[in-house]
Formats: sequence, C-alpha cells, structure tokens
Amino acid sequence: MSELKEHNYNYKVVRQFAVMSVVWGIVGMALGVWIAAQLMFPALNFDTAWLSFGRLRPLHTNAVIFAFGGCVLMGTSFYAVQRTSYARLISDKLAAFVFWGWQAVIIAAIITLPMGLTSTKEYAELEWPIDILIAIVWIAYAWVFFGTIVKRKVAHIYVANWFYGAFIITIAILHIVNSAALPIDWTSFKSYSAYAGAIDAMVQWWYGHNAVGFYLTAGFLGIMYYFVPKQAERPVYSYRLSIVHFWALIAVYMWAGPHHLHYSSLPDWAQSAGMVFSIILLAPSWGGMINGIMTLSGAWHKLRTDPIIKFLIVSLSFYGMSTFEGPMMAIKTVNALSHNTDWTIGHVHAGALGWVAMVSIGALYAMIPSLFGKEKMHSISLINVHFWLSTIGVVLYIAAMWIAGVTQGLMWRATNSDGTLTYTFVQALEATYPYYGIRLFGGILFLAGMFVMAYNVLKTIKNPGKADTKIPQPVH
Amino acid sequence: MSDFWSGYIIAIIVINIVGCFLLLHFTRKKKASADENETTGHVYDGIEEYDKPMPRWWLVMFYITIVFSIVYLILYPGLGKFQGVLGWSKISQYEEEMAKADEKYLPLFKKYSSMSIESLQQEPEALAMGQSIFANTCFGCHGADARGGVGFPDLTDNDWIYGGTPEDIIYSITEGRNGAMPAWGETLGEQKLSAVLHYVLSENEVERTHRKDLVEEGKEVYQTYCQVCHSNDLSGNQELGAPNLKDDIWLHGGSITMIKDTIRYGVNANMPKHKDILGKDKIHLVAAYVYSLSQDEESQDEQ
Repeated sequence: MSELKEHNYNYKVVRQFAVMSVVWGIVGMALGVWIAAQLMFPALNFDTAWLSFGRLRPLHTNAVIFAFGGCVLMGTSFYAVQRTSYARLISDKLAAFVFWGWQAVIIAAIITLPMGLTSTKEYAELEWPIDILIAIVWIAYAWVFFGTIVKRKVAHIYVANWFYGAFIITIAILHIVNSAALPIDWTSFKSYSAYAGAIDAMVQWWYGHNAVGFYLTAGFLGIMYYFVPKQAERPVYSYRLSIVHFWALIAVYMWAGPHHLHYSSLPDWAQSAGMVFSIILLAPSWGGMINGIMTLSGAWHKLRTDPIIKFLIVSLSFYGMSTFEGPMMAIKTVNALSHNTDWTIGHVHAGALGWVAMVSIGALYAMIPSLFGKEKMHSISLINVHFWLSTIGVVLYIAAMWIAGVTQGLMWRATNSDGTLTYTFVQALEATYPYYGIRLFGGILFLAGMFVMAYNVLKTIKNPGKADTKIPQPVH
Repeated sequence: MSDFWSGYIIAIIVINIVGCFLLLHFTRKKKASADENETTGHVYDGIEEYDKPMPRWWLVMFYITIVFSIVYLILYPGLGKFQGVLGWSKISQYEEEMAKADEKYLPLFKKYSSMSIESLQQEPEALAMGQSIFANTCFGCHGADARGGVGFPDLTDNDWIYGGTPEDIIYSITEGRNGAMPAWGETLGEQKLSAVLHYVLSENEVERTHRKDLVEEGKEVYQTYCQVCHSNDLSGNQELGAPNLKDDIWLHGGSITMIKDTIRYGVNANMPKHKDILGKDKIHLVAAYVYSLSQDEESQDEQ
C-alpha cells in the first residue's frame, strides 16, 4: 500500500487548503466590506467593543492575508511542488499537521483579535502564544516543501518552486525576528516587543514590507509561474529573465522597509537607502509581469474562451501597476503627499485584490477540477461573471481611494495666505465621504464574486470523481 | 555612528547595487548562435521554458534606476556617516521651511499684537486668522466648532472655568491649565458619596430628580470636603479652576453616573501650555477669536 501511495500525489491536503481558501476568502472580504461600511456609518459598530473598527480591521487583514492568502499559497505550493518534482509530499502526517495547525492559527486569530488581544504590530498583531504556533507550523511547512524538492525526479528545480521557497524561508525569518517579545507573565497574552523606539519601528517595517515582498509577491509569483504557462499551454517566455528578476527581487526587497518611515525619527541614511532600493525594485518586480504576460503571447485567442486566463492576465496587469505605484510612493516628495492618506489603502488593494486575490482565484479555478476528478468547473460562464464582478469591484475600489487619498493629501497641506492650514481634519474627512461609498460598493461587488465562486466550487465538488493522482514519468 | 557600522552600511549598500549591475551585465547578452524558439530542455509537469533575451527597454529601465540610486546616494545622506554633498537632512529641511514661513507670516501676525483683544473684535481679518490657528491647533480637544466635549470645555458658552477676561484667556493658552480634583471615593465611602451627589443635584438651578432624604447629610459632606474649592454656594472658584456646580454645564458629563464617577475617581485634566507651540503673536490672535465666541453668545442672550 505504501509503495502504491508513493506513486501518487497527495491531493487530500491540497483539496483541504483549496476549499478553505474559498471559505476564508469570503470571511476576510466580508469583514473588509463590514469595516468599509463602518467608515461610512460609524454606528455599525453598535457600541460593542469587539465589533469596533480598531479590532475588526486587524482581523480583516489577518483573515485575507494569512487565512485566505495562506491557504492559497500552501495549497498551490503543495500542488505545484509535487507535480513539478514528480514526487509525493514527503510526509502526509506532517502535511496534515500544516493544514490543521494553520486552521488553528486562524481560529485563534478570530477569537483573540476581537477580544482586543494584540501586539499592535501591523500585520503581526497576533500575540506570542499564537506566534509560537505559527513558527512551529511554518517550520513544518518548510520541511514538507523542501523535503519534497529534495526527492524530486528531475535535475532542475522549476522557477515556481524558487519563488515558493524564497517565500517560505524569508517569512520564517521575518516572523521569528519581528515577533520576538517578552510576555508580561507566562499566563498572560500580553507581551512587549523585544525592540524599542525607532529600532522597533524599523524591525516592524522590515517585516511589514518584506511580508509584502515575499508573502504577497514572491509567493504569488510562484503561483503565477506554475499556473500561467499551464493554463496558457505555452512555454515560459524567458528562463534567463526569471533567474535575473528572482535574484534581484529577493536581494533588493530586503531594503525597502524604511520607505514606510519617511520623515520619521528613523535616521536619514536608512530612509535614503529604503527609498533608492524601492526605486531599483521597479525593474525586478516588472520582470515577473513581463514573463507572465509574454508567456501568454501566442495564446491570446484563449482570452475569448477561457475566463481563468482573464483572471491571470488581469492579475498580472494589476501586479505591474501596483509595483510601479509602490516605487513612486516610496519617493520622499511623493510620500509626503500620500502618507497616511487613503491612497495607501488604494495601493494596497490594487495589489491585494487586483494581483493577489485575482491570481489566487484563477489558480483555484484551474486547480479545483483536477483535485476532485472533474474535467472543468461546474460553470464556465459563472467564472466569467466572477471575473467581471472582481474586475469592476477592484477598479471602483482603487479609483475611489486614489481620488480620496490625493484629496486628503492636498487638503491637509493647503494653507491660507497667513500660513495657517485651510482645512480642519474633519473637512478632509467629509470630502472623503462619497469615495468611501464608492469603495464600499466596489468591495461589495468583489465579495459578491466570491459568493459566485463558492456556489460554483460547491457544485463542482459535490459529486467528486476519481482524481488522477498517478505520478507520471518525467519526460527525460 | 561608529566607523565600523558606517563602513558596514556602505559596504552592504554598495555590494547590493553593484551586484544588481553585475547580474545584468553578465546575463543580458545571449549566445549569438542560440535559436530564439529553442527551449531550455527542462520539462516540468508539461511546462517548458524558452530562454529569450530580456527586453531591451526593461534592461534600460533597470540601469536607469541604478544610476539614479548612485546619484541620489552621492547627493543625499545614505552611505553610512557620509552626509551627501548637498548637506541635506530632514531636520535642516524642517528648519529651513519653518524659517521661511516665519519670515513670511510672522509680520502678518505681529501687525495685531499691539492691539487689545477688545479692539481686535472689530478686525474681521484678525479674527479669521485666529479662527484658522484655532482650527489647526485647538480643534483636537475643543472641536473645530470650539464646543468642546466631555472633559474639554465648550469655549462658546460664556461659562469660564479660569475666567473669561482677555488676560485670563491669554494666560490659559500661554501657560496651560491643570484641572486637578482628588479622588474622593475611598475617603467618603459609598453612603457619603451618594449623599453629596444628591445634595449637589438638589442645589442645581435646573430641576433634577434627587433623593431628598440624603440632601441634609450631603450638605454636611459638601461643607467638609468640597466647599474649599467649589465655594460655599457651589458657584465654583475661577482662581482655582473649580467649576460652577450650580449651572447645567458639566465639564466631565452631567448624567448621575458621570457626576458620581467624577467625585469618586477625581479629575486630572491638562491643557498644555502653548507658549512654545504658537508663540506670543499667534496666541494673541487665537485669544481674540476665542474671546469673540462668547461675545456673540452674550449679544444673542441680550436680544
């Protein structure tokens, strides 16, 4: 039996992650819609502490990044690493531990964040006991992933796996270093960071920006490098470009954190270094976009018939757009206008919805039928509906936040002839109000798309067939 | 920064930038013989790879960002202790901009500093400036409309905790105020706490529901503990900043629970001093504006 098992891929854990991706996607995005509505109608917190914006906002970010994004990354990486290595995951038990451990982390987040238990570090709010669990699960994840690569049956390691691998190693380092903290008492959830002052801020944004760089960029580029050529049935455009942009990306991203701390008490040299490396980062980031889009050239006709390709190509476009916008916003003079405005929120969502969510959705639609022994998704036209809901939703969202952000930035700095500020803070907030409405509407459309997806997935997996898990012989 | 760390920072920045350049330099040219449509020969799960040259425009863009970085790091601080040839720092930028603004705007404010607060009431331009300064600096606590909130005095109601003469207002802004009331909860105990609360309610100019049976005892408590600051007839004391307890204006909340909490836990309210934040001339203008708010009220009352 065990020998027979060795000749088959482990799809069980991938199926689990795939289904939970959809579930957590809906939960995380629904929370986003809810807090977007609270910004328009503050009464929606019902004067209840655990429904308040300050507690639900970190829950939203944790749910979309770590619950939705995490399940997509873990699921697709386990799928791609097996198939491109022609090998079963090294341990079913450890893979199952990664799945259940990760779900435990998510549940712990859903309980503790609304209770107000937070380390206050953005995107790393979870308190120390959960941080320890994350570290253990992550090391198990790395063990399974790299162990599978080690026993691959082809000489080379496919480029998607480099990106997944860089993401897994770096997130382990980032998480452990940034979360270092001393609990006030071993029975308490409350802890204090191991770092203080400007150093704490720098460590936090070294973590924060590399979470963007390695989790939301490198990890999802891994998805792109597997699913784009697969779905387009075209060779990857340039092996050479993939090597160059990979090494440049991972070397340069490490530096970009200080651009979150322009004009702060961080020393000038660190701010400058953060800014110049953010600008250098433009080309390495675009390398991935070029390789993805050019891989599709020669398969453009598929855009007409295959909405999955539409998801992938639009996600690459948003990736290119937000990785252009990022370096621009890292320039000190631009940052002086954009910092603390809703422009930042728009930028983040161009990346998070336009790139991360859309490439994930495309990959899930491509992967789910084969996991459940089906030819294709239950309804291709519903994928198309989902595509348009998502695309229109993102466009409304980011356009609204751009206008809102630039309006806020300009109103905050406008001065009267006597040098005093023209507007009070609340006037800028009032000017933002209509755009909060458009943003909310865009978010609702995107969430509606996720419900369409859930229905389609449910229909597809309701009567699963026998998935073809047999590991083929490598071609050469 | 020690020489070691400065050198370390310079080294890793330079290595990283030069590394990017070398990476491009050694990979940008492809063997001339190679066929563009030839794949690398690797096949992974049916995926093949071309090895096409990197787009020229992309390489050019990459080089431009590298050149930009080098120029920037020569001009601005970035390479360890090296301050950059422009000698720029964020502090110097701030100081230059502030000096420029002071030079331009201070004369505008100074123009009115010799006029009395009363006479500034006839100067709409001065009041408008005062309002702008207020909207920039004071709104966080007192609200953009100056009507305050719980713990933050309403500046439009002509009820002055520290006095409403121009001198009083200027002093409050310049030197700040510290409104401290001790916590009486432990000293008084529950019974006396309720008693004094109901006494205070019974004396209010507004009819408030209260327990008549506690008033007598409450009055005794009041005279022992409270009247020193809030005065015998509950009218407060502007010298000490003890609010009037007879009117219907409650700085720390007027509900029974809130008044009781105020007595129980005390108050430690702080208005920061603005001497260094605003400077004398701006304080003069903002005081004129604050003064004008209650003048309007008064004239409305008279009508």
